[in-house]
Amino acid sequence: MDAYLPYVLCLVLFCIGIYAVISKRNIIKIIIGVIIAEYAVNLFLILVAYKAGGRSPIFSRTQEILPEAMVDPLPHALVLTSIVIGLATTAFLIALAVRLYGKYGTFDISRMRELRG
Amino acid sequence: MSKEHDRGMTIIVKTVTRLTVGLIFLYGIYIILHGHLTPGGGFAGGVIVALSFINVDLAFGGKVSDRIFSKGSTSVIEALGGVMFLALALLGLQWGGFFDNFLHPDGEPGMLISAGIIPLENIAISLKVGAGLFAIFLTLITLQKFESEKK
Amino acid sequence: MITASTIPLFVALPLAGAFLTVLLKRIKGIPDTFGVMVTIGTFVMSVFAVIQLEIGQRIICNIGNWGGFQEVLGKIVGIQLVVDGLTAFMLVVVNLIAFLVAVYSVNYMTRYTEKWQFYSLFLLMLAGMNGVLITGDMFNLFVFVEIASIASYALVAFGTGKRELEASFKYAVMGSIASLLILLGVILLYSNTGTLNMADMTRILAGRDHPALLYFVFALFLAGFGLKAALVPFHAWLPDAHPSAPAPISAMLSGVLIKALGVYVIARVFYNLFGFPHEVSLILMTLGAISMGVGALVALRQWDLKRLLAYSSISQVGFIMLGLGIGTPLAILGALFHLFNHSMFKSLLFLDSGAIEYAAHTRDLKEMGGLAKKMPITNGSTIIGAMSLAGIPPFAGFWSKLIIIVAAVQASHMKLAAWAVLMSIVTIAYVLKAVRFAFLGELKKQFANITEVPAFMRVSLIILALVCLFGGLLLIPDLRNGFLGQAVEVLTRVSGV
Repeated sequence: MDAYLPYVLCLVLFCIGIYAVISKRNIIKIIIGVIIAEYAVNLFLILVAYKAGGRSPIFSRTQEILPEAMVDPLPHALVLTSIVIGLATTAFLIALAVRLYGKYGTFDISRMRELRG
Repeated sequence: MSKEHDRGMTIIVKTVTRLTVGLIFLYGIYIILHGHLTPGGGFAGGVIVALSFINVDLAFGGKVSDRIFSKGSTSVIEALGGVMFLALALLGLQWGGFFDNFLHPDGEPGMLISAGIIPLENIAISLKVGAGLFAIFLTLITLQKFESEKK
Repeated sequence: MITASTIPLFVALPLAGAFLTVLLKRIKGIPDTFGVMVTIGTFVMSVFAVIQLEIGQRIICNIGNWGGFQEVLGKIVGIQLVVDGLTAFMLVVVNLIAFLVAVYSVNYMTRYTEKWQFYSLFLLMLAGMNGVLITGDMFNLFVFVEIASIASYALVAFGTGKRELEASFKYAVMGSIASLLILLGVILLYSNTGTLNMADMTRILAGRDHPALLYFVFALFLAGFGLKAALVPFHAWLPDAHPSAPAPISAMLSGVLIKALGVYVIARVFYNLFGFPHEVSLILMTLGAISMGVGALVALRQWDLKRLLAYSSISQVGFIMLGLGIGTPLAILGALFHLFNHSMFKSLLFLDSGAIEYAAHTRDLKEMGGLAKKMPITNGSTIIGAMSLAGIPPFAGFWSKLIIIVAAVQASHMKLAAWAVLMSIVTIAYVLKAVRFAFLGELKKQFANITEVPAFMRVSLIILALVCLFGGLLLIPDLRNGFLGQAVEVLTRVSGV
């Protein structure tokens, strides 16, 4: 059971993020929800790469490290990419939030009623 | 850049910024150039370089940082980084394929001049990321100024 | 000629165009020129790809020259770009629409300031879509989906009015969640198979029973890509986002984005990667049928022309999904042909709505009327597009709907066939409503001085109208084998590697 605990916690974190997106009415809180969900997925990606007792996947000049002893390096590269994408999305969402605040004078999404259904 | 005492934060912040900002910038450059040897690289280094500009903006106010690195030039530098990265990828077509590491045989592993085009790509990425991040910061800041002026 | 080394140009050309547009934005006319030149370049290349490919042939490009490691390690290292029949078919659709939209925007986008921003984002979106189509790597697919999505979020907010910002926020939040679900699915697949390459994955998955984990991945992908395709439980963003964008972008979003990011990937993943399991077939048919109904019925009561068209997109994607869900070769042919037709007539109709907005400054059907005399070309092309959408013979839309319905009957899904016929009739109803209120009737006083739209916009409208008119000719056996046949072959090949 202990071995699965990190994965379960990851899922819980993801659900917290989704919950924030669905239930909150403040734009900033919704954005924070998106970020939490995003980092839960990134964390999951890192967990997938983990190997018990694994070392960081970097070759060194002073030390001989076998590839077998390293954790899987591919997800690390992927997680970096996904963090960058997350950065772009977050920056865009925040810029939108600022502009929306300028138009409506509030962050409350239930008071923005330009669009229906 | 210290002439404008009436703008930005207090003298303490300005002095500390003046002392540290060059170091932060240099550290960013170091991370970029050693990207193929140590953890880090174009993205991390670019973020650090952008942070040094953000520090200047926060401490001395928008006018000073605008003189060093204006919003118009961020988009130009960012595009330049993109074009450089793409050009390196397309140059590979000459030798063997898209993104082919055509400088690969030069240099020995672990030295600064090694890894072929990867350091060059790191530089391109750092231009793009650094300028892009600073542009995002500037955009959010100017929006906020725009709002406060309206009130 | 399309060879392994020219495949990356499908992505590289639009990317270069996007960056150079930013660099050279001060020179007058540069954004337009780049936009049109790049899209015409990618379109010509995609046509070459279709002509050159034989049935069952694939062109593979190993990025970074990692191909040599394949024999040493026994698995594919690095990213592969693959062009096969389905990819070539989709490339033609995407790049044709992109080219016509770029031409149309030369005139249309003069209403907005900062044209270079528009073309830069537009080319980025095109790069993302072309990337989704040609990539053979799951994570790379996710990255390209994100490039196209983020560019489209920004384009929806391009007008920076209240409506645009709100629609864009809604779209961006829902789109981000969908992307996270997709990423989660990709990670689970990676941890299960140890590879990211689609061909490798297919090989590994084919040798196994489907474990419970895989069903979880199905659900994640259906929700994620279903949201990008605006299938009904996940459609809430589309009726806001598509009308809010500038008209050329609405055409791009409704015409190709939901198909390249949604429908194409669903087809690719569920047919080629997972070998089209029976459960997915049922789900796709159900979702397709529901989308068809909801989209068409809600479209009936819309008075905003662009909103009506957006709901109609949901309904028509339902038709495509129904065809894909039935899964017989005939149904797939119908689905892909309907995908092609829908791209053409929905882009045409959105561009027409843009033309009306350009000339008469309104989108409300109640305010329009009698525009037929003043805008003959817009009127003609709208009627052609609308008839194709409604499925009136001999327009292209009729044939694709007919094929889907016949395929449903052949596969003995009588209720679905009847439902599709019923929804086609509803389609006719809302199409007639749009045409009747926009173009027929008395000309209102405030429209006495309007004129036909400028030349570049007219060119796009006429070309698209001709495609809608003669699209049915693609079913002639010779043309069908080269174009649609190739694409169908890719999907019907069982677990094709």
